[in-house]
Amino acid sequence: MPPSNWTRREFLEASLKTGAVVATVPAGLPGQNSTEDAATPARPNIEGAVPITLRINGKDHQLRVDPRTTLLDCLRETVALTGTKKGCDHGQCGACTVHVNGRRVNSCLSLALMHDGEEITTIEGLGTPEALHPMQAAFVARDGYQCGYCTSGQIMSAVALLKEPCGADDAAVKELMSGNICRCGAYANIVAAIQQVRKNI
Amino acid sequence: MNTFEFIRPADPAAAVAIAAQSKTAQQGADVRFVAGGTTLLDLMKLNVETPERLIDINRLPLDKVEATPDGGLKIGATVRNSDLAHHTTVQRDYAVLSQALLAGASVQLRNMATTAGNLLQRTRCMYFRDTAMPCNKREPGTGCPAITGSNRTLAVLGTSEHCIATNPSDMCVAMAALEATIHVQGPKGSRAIPIGDFHLLPGSTPSRETVLEPGDLITHVTLPPPRPGSKQVYLKLRDRASYEFALASAAVVITIAGGIVTEARIALGGVGTKPWRSREAEAALAGKRADPANFRKAAEAAMRHAKAQSENGFKIELAKRCLAHALQIATTT
Repeated sequence: MPPSNWTRREFLEASLKTGAVVATVPAGLPGQNSTEDAATPARPNIEGAVPITLRINGKDHQLRVDPRTTLLDCLRETVALTGTKKGCDHGQCGACTVHVNGRRVNSCLSLALMHDGEEITTIEGLGTPEALHPMQAAFVARDGYQCGYCTSGQIMSAVALLKEPCGADDAAVKELMSGNICRCGAYANIVAAIQQVRKNI
Repeated sequence: MNTFEFIRPADPAAAVAIAAQSKTAQQGADVRFVAGGTTLLDLMKLNVETPERLIDINRLPLDKVEATPDGGLKIGATVRNSDLAHHTTVQRDYAVLSQALLAGASVQLRNMATTAGNLLQRTRCMYFRDTAMPCNKREPGTGCPAITGSNRTLAVLGTSEHCIATNPSDMCVAMAALEATIHVQGPKGSRAIPIGDFHLLPGSTPSRETVLEPGDLITHVTLPPPRPGSKQVYLKLRDRASYEFALASAAVVITIAGGIVTEARIALGGVGTKPWRSREAEAALAGKRADPANFRKAAEAAMRHAKAQSENGFKIELAKRCLAHALQIATTT
């Protein structure tokens, strides 16, 4: 049991450091973490939680989640992969875009339980700071962001777009990227970054 | 979001048996099928949908697109919008459907959203989506604040004094023009429903949106054989160029011989309380020369019974121009 005055971030980080997998539950809610699971002592037990296995960025994660947990919340709060962002939480902004079995989806409008056994790729699975994915490198080279909040979603969409039916011109790219909103308005540079990668493959 | 039991049935029969325990039919029901989840999860987060049980139909064998013996097409309930839009047969023989699908939502949503889910897509009316507001569709008998309130995007065809909510689907508009048939497996067996009979007008019971009964599972949709030589167009007009719901849209399937319209199938979106097949426009075109004057007459016929609310009167003229322009594109390209 973590101390009840921990922040969520501290709770998630500590859980990761011990290698524990935490069930999705708001940290510090009174009464929710009262039962220890004997088999996995570091894992808070939530009433009604269901076991699932997600293969995330090539690694299997055995998890217990409340049925209400979206794929987005599961990634961020259960697995502590916070590169995927929550914008609108209603499928209107695209910040939460991840790949499921190689196809881009809004992880906010999907339940984690619906993806038991499926292959999830997040921004953390694309490249590393030392070895960026070509699309990540192109976003850097073309200045395809400002505040950065929508960027992981933009890049996940852009990488998926490379394998989708898409015309050669900028208009076609804009149409296929319309599910990713950028409130800073970095659109022109985002299109340039995507076109740069498309020309090089 | 209220908690719920998550169920993954072994086969369609098991799904039907569980769903048959629901007090009401699919939309708003206490037992809900979930496929793509793009409408349902959105509305569950808003507490507009509060199912106690969710039946995940994603792994049922309902995801195929196949030719039918009569030369038509069978589309499984869980075929994703993007897969259907890019299917070679759909692109070749049912282009209006491909165009309509690609005009809707975003790639991410089309990768999730399904054929059956889109048939049950719920309105974007802001009063319906806000549980702090009255809404006859969400809570029967509470009233319709849209009629005296913000109604710019709402319907002008098929409305009642109880509800003016627009059906938001693009896919259904194309399917109406293609005369699709919806196949349902239910507690009493299987049945086929022409798409024109599937959605209900709001009347005095706007909470009931389709003819589905508790337990009914949409298994697939069939399209009749393609009409030889037909031209097909889906034209969608909206507030921004992409990723937005229609203010007005038109699906046109038209056959011309010697400059004369031999057959036309027309449906409108964004303006009706259901996907709006316009037999008036079809009748106005049949046997007439395919020219702009007759296209305008057909558009006038389609909107003759339209009723404007305080903010959406512009939609009547917009829909006329949309249809006339769609006919022009279909017959000149």
